[in-house]
Amino acid sequence: MHDIAAALGAALRMIGGLDACLLGIVALSIKVSLAAVAIATLLGLPLGAAVALSRFPGRRGVIVALNALMGLPPVVVGLFVYLMLSRAGPLGPLGLLFTPGAMIIAQAILITPIVAALARQVVEDAWVEYQEQLRSLGAPPRRALWTLLWDTRFSLVTVVLAGFGRAAAEVGAVIMVGGNIDGVTRVMTTAIALETSKGDLPLALGLGLILLILVLAANAAAYAIKEAAQRRFG
Amino acid sequence: MHAGISLLPLVLDRVSYTINGTALIDELSVTLSSGSRTLILGPNGAGKSLTLRLCHGLIRPSSGSVRWTGPFAGDPMCRQAMVFQRPVMLRRSALANVAYGLKLAGMARAERTERARQMLDRVGLLALADRPARSMSGGEQQRVALARAWALQPEVLFLDEPTASLDPAASRAVEAIIRAIHEAGTKIVMTTHNLAQARRLADEILLLDRGRLVERSPAQHFFRAPATPEATAFLREESL
Repeated sequence: MHDIAAALGAALRMIGGLDACLLGIVALSIKVSLAAVAIATLLGLPLGAAVALSRFPGRRGVIVALNALMGLPPVVVGLFVYLMLSRAGPLGPLGLLFTPGAMIIAQAILITPIVAALARQVVEDAWVEYQEQLRSLGAPPRRALWTLLWDTRFSLVTVVLAGFGRAAAEVGAVIMVGGNIDGVTRVMTTAIALETSKGDLPLALGLGLILLILVLAANAAAYAIKEAAQRRFG
Repeated sequence: MHAGISLLPLVLDRVSYTINGTALIDELSVTLSSGSRTLILGPNGAGKSLTLRLCHGLIRPSSGSVRWTGPFAGDPMCRQAMVFQRPVMLRRSALANVAYGLKLAGMARAERTERARQMLDRVGLLALADRPARSMSGGEQQRVALARAWALQPEVLFLDEPTASLDPAASRAVEAIIRAIHEAGTKIVMTTHNLAQARRLADEILLLDRGRLVERSPAQHFFRAPATPEATAFLREESL
């Protein structure tokens, strides 16, 4: 008990003192996860909206698959990306393995289905309400898709931030394709795993606290944006 | 306003709309021509809303045909508009809601903002142009929906119980706008379950019952001396 308290005290001093090593790790984490979220948003939102609006054979299968992919095991994604990027793999010549780029790819694969599946639900609910009006105004499907994405933008912020939370908190995939190299690919989650196994509890705890605060802040922001927008735009 | 080439008349030829073997619209044949205000009456479940949706092309008939038989050869959708019982407001300002329809119609940005302001002025909402549409009252939203439809200068305007969820004052405002749209040259086809409203607005009445057309008469005749027993029964029940 005493050890934990001492470690917590040291962790708080590190955060308070803006420890350089700690800041570097946090910055890389945020950079990697933001890049992954950007990719997942660009791919996932239109994909989800397209599935919501279209009717084609096998649509149910696609929806079930999208929902199932939300629970994609990170280590499987890690393995897949590792195989693709390893020297012998099809994308080996890019030389991305054990770089932040590889971590971004792995996280993007992990959260694109989350963004797409949640966006599909949001857009489909809106489509039920808007469909007749948009068709009456003569909106072609592509235009209807963008109109719906824009009109559900406040709910979609929550969707995107859910993806960010998942990306930032994930450890299995990034440790496999990033390699947890100090100063290059070490992010919060991989550092926590390493420092805990090494017994450096202050750093692990400090990073854990920051990670918690980051995820909490992202969700609080999502909630606040949605509330404010709903009050303003209904 | 439509000195050019007309879309009307609209011909419904033995139109049926069937779901799970039940004919909700049953061999409906009717021709709608330009000019008059046509009000569609009937008890709940008579198929009033379905008829409007079939006319407007939002749903396809199970059998029979819906044809625009006027000389206009382009896309009929761009010469007609519809206002629904519950207005669907986009999450943007009232002005942007009106401008949205014009954007879809291909109008340039500066022009559509100008037109949207004009239309909001005509429905008495210019002062609220920048308010988020969804924060407006039900009556105001319906007026924005009317402005959005009117801005397209449709040859035909379909209205599906546009005042059903509004209080009397808001209903009067909506009726006045419908009258103005008609006077500006648009054919009105509207459903209502409000007989007093039908008396105020109708030039002619179509009475539907269980998916069939049972009577079509000029409004004065319909209310004074209905031609069919169904219409007599309907008027008696509705005025109880």
